[in-house]
Amino acid sequence: MKRTIEIRDHLSELHHFQNRLAISAGFVLFLFLILFARFFYLQVLESTRYHTLAEANRISISPIVPNRGLILDRNGNVLAQNYSAYTLEFVPSKLADFEATINELATIIPIKEIDRRRFKKLMEESNKFESLPIRTRLSEEEVARFAANSYRFPGVEIKARLFRQYPKGKSASHVIGYIGRINHKDLARLEANKGLANYKGTNHIGKIGVEQSYEKELHGIAGFEKIETDSAGRKIRVLSRTPPVSGNNLTLTLDTKLQEIAERAFGDRRGALVAINPNNGDVLAFVSKPGFDSNLFVNGIDFKNWDRLNNSIDRPLNNRALRGVYPPGSTFKPFMALAGLELNLRTPGYVINDPGYYQLPGSNNRYRDWKADGHGKVNVHKSLVVSCDTYYYELANELGIDNISKFIGRFGLGKKTGIDIEGEASGLLPSREWKMRRHKQKWWPGDTISIGIGQGYNLATPLQLAFATSIIANKGTAFRPHLVKRIQNSKTGEIFERAPQILYQLNLNPDNLAIVRNALIGVTKTGGTAAKAGVGAGYTFAGKTGTSQVISIKQGEKYDEDAINERHRDHALFIAYAPAENPSIALSVLVENVSHGSSAAAPIARQVMDYALLGKLPANMEEKPVDGNRENEHD
Amino acid sequence: MSMTRSLRLWHYFTRYIDSFLLFSILLVMAVGLATLYSATGGNLTRVTNQAVNMVAALVIMWLVANIPLQHMMRLALPIYVVGLILLICVTLFGEINNGARRWLDIGITRIQPSELMKIAVPLMMAWYFDKHETTLRTRDYVVATMLLFLPAALILRQPDLGTTLLIISSGFYVLFLAGLSWRIMIGLVIAGAGSLPLLWSMMHDYQKQRVMTLFDPAQDALGAGYHTIQSSIAIGSGGIIGKGWQNGTQTHLDFLPEKSTDFIFAVFSEEFGIVGNSLLLVLYLVIIGRGMVIAANASTQFTRLIAGSITLTFFTYIFVNIGMVAGILPVVGVPLPLISYGGTSMVTMLLGFGILMSIQMHPKLVKT
Repeated sequence: MKRTIEIRDHLSELHHFQNRLAISAGFVLFLFLILFARFFYLQVLESTRYHTLAEANRISISPIVPNRGLILDRNGNVLAQNYSAYTLEFVPSKLADFEATINELATIIPIKEIDRRRFKKLMEESNKFESLPIRTRLSEEEVARFAANSYRFPGVEIKARLFRQYPKGKSASHVIGYIGRINHKDLARLEANKGLANYKGTNHIGKIGVEQSYEKELHGIAGFEKIETDSAGRKIRVLSRTPPVSGNNLTLTLDTKLQEIAERAFGDRRGALVAINPNNGDVLAFVSKPGFDSNLFVNGIDFKNWDRLNNSIDRPLNNRALRGVYPPGSTFKPFMALAGLELNLRTPGYVINDPGYYQLPGSNNRYRDWKADGHGKVNVHKSLVVSCDTYYYELANELGIDNISKFIGRFGLGKKTGIDIEGEASGLLPSREWKMRRHKQKWWPGDTISIGIGQGYNLATPLQLAFATSIIANKGTAFRPHLVKRIQNSKTGEIFERAPQILYQLNLNPDNLAIVRNALIGVTKTGGTAAKAGVGAGYTFAGKTGTSQVISIKQGEKYDEDAINERHRDHALFIAYAPAENPSIALSVLVENVSHGSSAAAPIARQVMDYALLGKLPANMEEKPVDGNRENEHD
Repeated sequence: MSMTRSLRLWHYFTRYIDSFLLFSILLVMAVGLATLYSATGGNLTRVTNQAVNMVAALVIMWLVANIPLQHMMRLALPIYVVGLILLICVTLFGEINNGARRWLDIGITRIQPSELMKIAVPLMMAWYFDKHETTLRTRDYVVATMLLFLPAALILRQPDLGTTLLIISSGFYVLFLAGLSWRIMIGLVIAGAGSLPLLWSMMHDYQKQRVMTLFDPAQDALGAGYHTIQSSIAIGSGGIIGKGWQNGTQTHLDFLPEKSTDFIFAVFSEEFGIVGNSLLLVLYLVIIGRGMVIAANASTQFTRLIAGSITLTFFTYIFVNIGMVAGILPVVGVPLPLISYGGTSMVTMLLGFGILMSIQMHPKLVKT
């Protein structure tokens, strides 16, 4: 009996167990189905997405920076080039104490004070994750020494990079410009132009001058490498490579030698000179003194040098030729004379008797001539040769401001010439409308008088004066001044010659033009205001002197007494072209703060003309080519 | 003549080996070696090591398969007691490694007593139920549960969440198969759910982190979530047929963590796709199915419960590991059976299969 019960128990127990086992089997199958569903989701439904993620994991795109185009002068002299060198770099924010690292590095590789200063400035200007160079241009030995010690400096790397170099250093620095590290503003501009992709990997961008305005040509097109990387970002292999396209080479219209001669002619004086070929608008020389060494900016300028350049009373960073505005003074008179003749208010025979002043009819106000006792009988020819003020006071009054601003405006004064670098100032050729707009005042007849001799509200840049002069020189054609003559496609070798661009043509009466042009030749002859500068020139030399009054100096600036007095002096101006019959060069010269007007500017023009026309070097320059590759150690 | 003799010898040596089970196991092991070869980037040393582990484990399986069941029953209690003492020793004098106290240095070598308990606990519980077979009362379930939770608590303290879960599940399977009433089970589930906040508060920060990561791996993409994200990418990018053996980019470019141990399934999955995954699941199902057949045919309460528990625990390994790699379970250190690199789990696993074979192949015990 007992036994049967046990057996029954046993059977029911077995049955019970098998029941539970079956439930377990169902449980197992159910959970495996869940796993399968998950596989189905990951590997079928979402497979594309995960595939993309896996690809993104392993493939990184690494940009290859293109070589920047070269900048050459019209004769093929190199003005800007690249060289490759090693830099020592790290990301400051990734190091616990970067100062300590620098000190440590200094024990194996020389790190000068200037390097530290430059590094600090770079840090301020760049974003947190940028790799910054503490040293550039490492020698082979320095590279080897670091390599042997690199284990001590995790995060510090040697990198081979291309550097920009300006072999001429200070010469033509305002025109050539410089490149500098890309800052937030540059980034914003690139983003707006949708050009950011092309600058991945590029650290530098043109900041001023041709380097800036021809950035598109010079930069080139970045190449790309598709790289397979592992989880640590290590390069495994290159999957594909799109080579970069180097930037195009630019040939400037500048003549380095002429530029150099012009710069030397200034000596220590401040000023500007612009020389243009009146037959096509080529800018042959473009001087702003004092200048700076473009090389200083390439790898980030250090605080000390920046402070020296930026806060100097001489404003070396200011491009005076492009942005400096000065009253044109008597260089305004040839245009006035032309206006009088063309508008039939003056004839060649018309003569005034200059008592040394001009008095507006119905007013007691006297406008003085620079020569107190007057020039006596003065016709239009003499008015230019001796630079008679009275003649032009009267003419200005008769022309009226409307005629003056309309007629002389056609020579480009008061508006930008459209030269191919950025930042040009438009100067000021006053008009009735301008005064109302600017000063909310009506135009008084008295305002017009001083305009006649290039003073008053008149303001012009040296570039504008050279441009206006070139129109007289070529008898009425306005060529847009330009600095780039030729662009060579680096890929195809194709050369794009820039055709001269005629902005407009002035239909001037040849007789009137001849009168003025003759008078300008007279200026450099005996009896003329620039007679001294014209002595012994082997060509006919036409010019006009000018003096521009320094009106005021800002209040509260702490200049020492001597400096104030010096800076109150007038600026000397000179416009010229030669050979007068068929000019190949037209220029303007401005020398700041010299006591005797014409005597400072005209000789500079003469030196430039002598070289441009005769190949004659000034006495103080040796008969050898301009120093080509001087080292640029700047500290 | 000699042929027949050696054949006979072979038959003699393999008389307790379940060839069906063995064959399935060997198939999965082959898959494991191939995957390991790929995961280690063709590192033959590691593959050889693993092969040695496998051979050693197979020998142990053979040994266990040869132990008659009566002996096994007799061993249940001593093994359990020794294991428990060792666990207490670990708690007192264990070596700290990676912040966990799991190893015990016994002079000759270091051992991990929690591994032993994976077998000892179900053995002990099955033995207990077998002993009280005729008079099972609620009190017996309580005692059995105590037998389970004592070592589980000690292991959880080490801390070793993965092993604790596996031991609790192996014990639970014994309780379940022994006929624990549904009412109690439901009660336990409710009590368990109720104690979740308590459990949460007792968990270590890294354990909490792992659970949190499960719900949103992206919140800590480079930390705790990194494993899950990268393994999901590996599985997902494998697609239907996979990238091909040794062609997994996630694997070979080092994006996958722990790719030869706990996350080896992601390697397999990336290279063989959903087709490979399904075949592997089927292979595992075959082994589980065989285990269940063995359990169903077992003659005593002890062997039934042991066979069922071993089989279901084997399944639990698979589910928890794959679930974790596929991102549906938190990251716990549970290896993929027969495939993950490592000797300990291989031995534990095959020890279990040895017991299954012994149950299947030895003459059935008859109740007297």
